[in-house]
Amino acid sequence: MRLLETGNHLVALAANAVGVEVVPAYPITPQTQIIEMVADLIAEGKMDAEYIPVESEHSACAALVSASLTGARAFSATSSHGLAYMHEMLHYAAGIRVPVVMANVNRALGPGWNIWCDHQDSVSQRDTGWLQVYVASHQEAVDTVIQAYRVTEDHSVLLPLMLNLDAFVLSHTYMEAEVPTKEEVLRYLPPYAPLWKLDPRKPVTHGSVIYPVDFSETRESMQLGQDNARSVVPQAAEEFREVFGRWHGAMVESYRTDDAEFLIVAMGSLASESRVSVDALRKEGKAVGLLRVRFFRPFPFEEVRELCAGREGLLVIDRDYSYGMEGALFTEVKAALYGHETVPVRNLIVGLGGRDVTYELIIENVERAWAGELGDITWGDSHITRAHEITREVLCEFEELLSEGES
Amino acid sequence: MSHEEEVGYMTSVSRPVKGCAGNTGEWRVFRPVKDDEKCNNCLLCWVYCPEACISKEGIEIDFQYCKGCGICAVECPTEAIVMVKEEKQ
Repeated sequence: MRLLETGNHLVALAANAVGVEVVPAYPITPQTQIIEMVADLIAEGKMDAEYIPVESEHSACAALVSASLTGARAFSATSSHGLAYMHEMLHYAAGIRVPVVMANVNRALGPGWNIWCDHQDSVSQRDTGWLQVYVASHQEAVDTVIQAYRVTEDHSVLLPLMLNLDAFVLSHTYMEAEVPTKEEVLRYLPPYAPLWKLDPRKPVTHGSVIYPVDFSETRESMQLGQDNARSVVPQAAEEFREVFGRWHGAMVESYRTDDAEFLIVAMGSLASESRVSVDALRKEGKAVGLLRVRFFRPFPFEEVRELCAGREGLLVIDRDYSYGMEGALFTEVKAALYGHETVPVRNLIVGLGGRDVTYELIIENVERAWAGELGDITWGDSHITRAHEITREVLCEFEELLSEGES
Repeated sequence: MSHEEEVGYMTSVSRPVKGCAGNTGEWRVFRPVKDDEKCNNCLLCWVYCPEACISKEGIEIDFQYCKGCGICAVECPTEAIVMVKEEKQ
């Protein structure tokens, strides 16, 4: 069915198409219309699923884990502070190895309070054991919900999957997209076949106490699941193309990289924007290509190495920051290359808190990075405005206040 | 078998074995004491005991595992269970 819809509604419709059976969620800010639509669909009898509105995101994730353990296909959605509040249970979901899918609408974390797009929320959950994918279009959001269950329910993976879509740019804007029917999805995605489930005939406790002598192996097992996903993700993408005829890349997506001398590396909608920059630079005869990191976890080491080998330079765009270090994607890309490929890599920090990033700004920074004019890290759109002056003014006023008090 | 194959799929799972958390009765500060004359055998204590320390037959309390939480005493409709402070040994 071809629809003109918001990214949020499309994700909800895709969750319905994959036959999700339980949706636990916290329905209040910063929740998005994904859950609003799921609730609507269930209330109208158009979605055969149990909706569990809970009192917090922490509980939403706990219910998500439990729902999956009963053998049901479970789904949830959250955003920014909601995801942050789930942090503890994110570890539980990964540690208990439940193949759930959760959409996260990428928004900045406060303060200052800000509901706009950046990747700080999900990047901050990098080490919880979840698989992470970043989509770059409305259609990819739909198709990745479907692919996500193929990946996470694979018995060699069995790790939760976080589907990240950029706030507003993808979540709230309307775009045309194809949403497959349940019958069409069944040709690609079989019903969930759990390895085991909660059953009174064989009672067990999942996520129980575990002593130092037995702990490490469970964590190594999670990493093995992540490693296995590296081959399941491309397989799921290939089979998706065979059934639906659409392709959004596998672990990564490359664009005009074949003869590229310089590459932009980015995630999410900034990669879509970079595509425009690549086309414009190509028109000027500059051989630039784009490497879009689709899966951030597991990180596509092999793909990054292969695609970056022999280039004159790379510009890694981060819409996040690891404080005291650098952009998170920048760190990962360099780690993939270290000891394998020698390529100059520069980091561009832009688009934090939803600031608009234009293709011209990307072009300008690509040209400067390629010419060797950029330092390691560039805050590409940082400039002081009238609003920032308030800090200075209040500081001055406070200084006066304190000196008056002393006299 | 490689080390990776040996690790394979591994999670923290336990079976509900009696006493798997140790002799939790040692934690007890207050002990539930039952008055058989007041007890009407309604089994609410058996239903509410979070540690399954009360037997359905005979309403016997297992003091090896009873933590002394007092829920049974609160729930008992005939006040047949009272909490008595344990004597220090």
